[in-house]
Amino acid sequence: MSDGQTKQFGKGQRLVPAQKAQKWYPVDDESQPKKVRKSIRPAKVRETLQPGTILILLAGRFRGKRVVLLKHLDQGVLLVTGPFKINGVPLRRVNARYVIATSKRIDIAGVDAKTLEKVSTPDYFTKEKKAEKKSEEAFFKQGEKPEKKKVASARAADQKAVDQSILSSVKKEEFLSSYLATTFSLRNGDKPHEMKW
Amino acid sequence: MADIDVTLASWKLVEVGRLVLIRRGPYAGKLAAVVEIVDHRRVLVDGPSGEEQKIVPRHVLPLAHATLTHFVIPQLPRAAGTGPVKKLWAKNEIDGKWAKSGFAQKTDRAERRKNLTDFERFKVLRLRKQARYEVQKSYAKVKAAAAKS
Repeated sequence: MSDGQTKQFGKGQRLVPAQKAQKWYPVDDESQPKKVRKSIRPAKVRETLQPGTILILLAGRFRGKRVVLLKHLDQGVLLVTGPFKINGVPLRRVNARYVIATSKRIDIAGVDAKTLEKVSTPDYFTKEKKAEKKSEEAFFKQGEKPEKKKVASARAADQKAVDQSILSSVKKEEFLSSYLATTFSLRNGDKPHEMKW
Repeated sequence: MADIDVTLASWKLVEVGRLVLIRRGPYAGKLAAVVEIVDHRRVLVDGPSGEEQKIVPRHVLPLAHATLTHFVIPQLPRAAGTGPVKKLWAKNEIDGKWAKSGFAQKTDRAERRKNLTDFERFKVLRLRKQARYEVQKSYAKVKAAAAKS
């Protein structure tokens, strides 16, 4: 720090720095952004949630339905199917938290692996963008029936392919088909925390 | 004067040899025999059952925590040790007699019902419905036959 020049002041000499020291200092130290110590870990699903388990859905449009667990997707999401023919639940993703696993399991070894692979890709369930946007005119037009939502035929075919072997194994056991068809609900005096599933 | 039949009321007494059902505490639901009466509130009990998980160790039990049963081990000596009690217990077939009693059967059934899984509960529902249907069908048949004649 000996930049600058020495100058003569009367009798004495003094070093005058080329760059003067700052008069002002910030009161606070500049804050450092916190280091993130969290990391994204793969979700750990309950041990009871093995593929083939019959689940009771607790939330959403199909709450109360008993469905078959097909596969774990990432981040605690489960892939389930009704089967559609029995209880109207299609291939669907559900949150593992909003599900009760029963102790009943069925064999899903015969499920078509290829379609299952296709269904479990991340963008299988994303909605397709509409080609034509609804105009204001159409919105105010009365009397005309809105177009009915059509199920893509590819989806229906996938559903059939997945459900086929499940249906055959369900048929083998008595009462199992009607069990899947009925919805679950609590009755008087039922204590879900004390019940065995 | 008319003859009057006087029958002795069959009280369940707190006596040595009386079998009690424990209703509270760590041995709740288990059977034990009164071995000695400590005072008017407490008894010394011992339950050397043949089944491992039903054994009650010898201890003092408040009578408020017990229900008297109809069963008695006859001629159990006062303050008999666990060995002799076990021998007499086996000789009188207490375990078998208790298992046949209405109370034990009822509790067993309740326990089994409680431990049913969801699918089993559903099957019970369906089978009960089927049984009810058959009963009502045959009842209607009998009723119709009775109305005709």
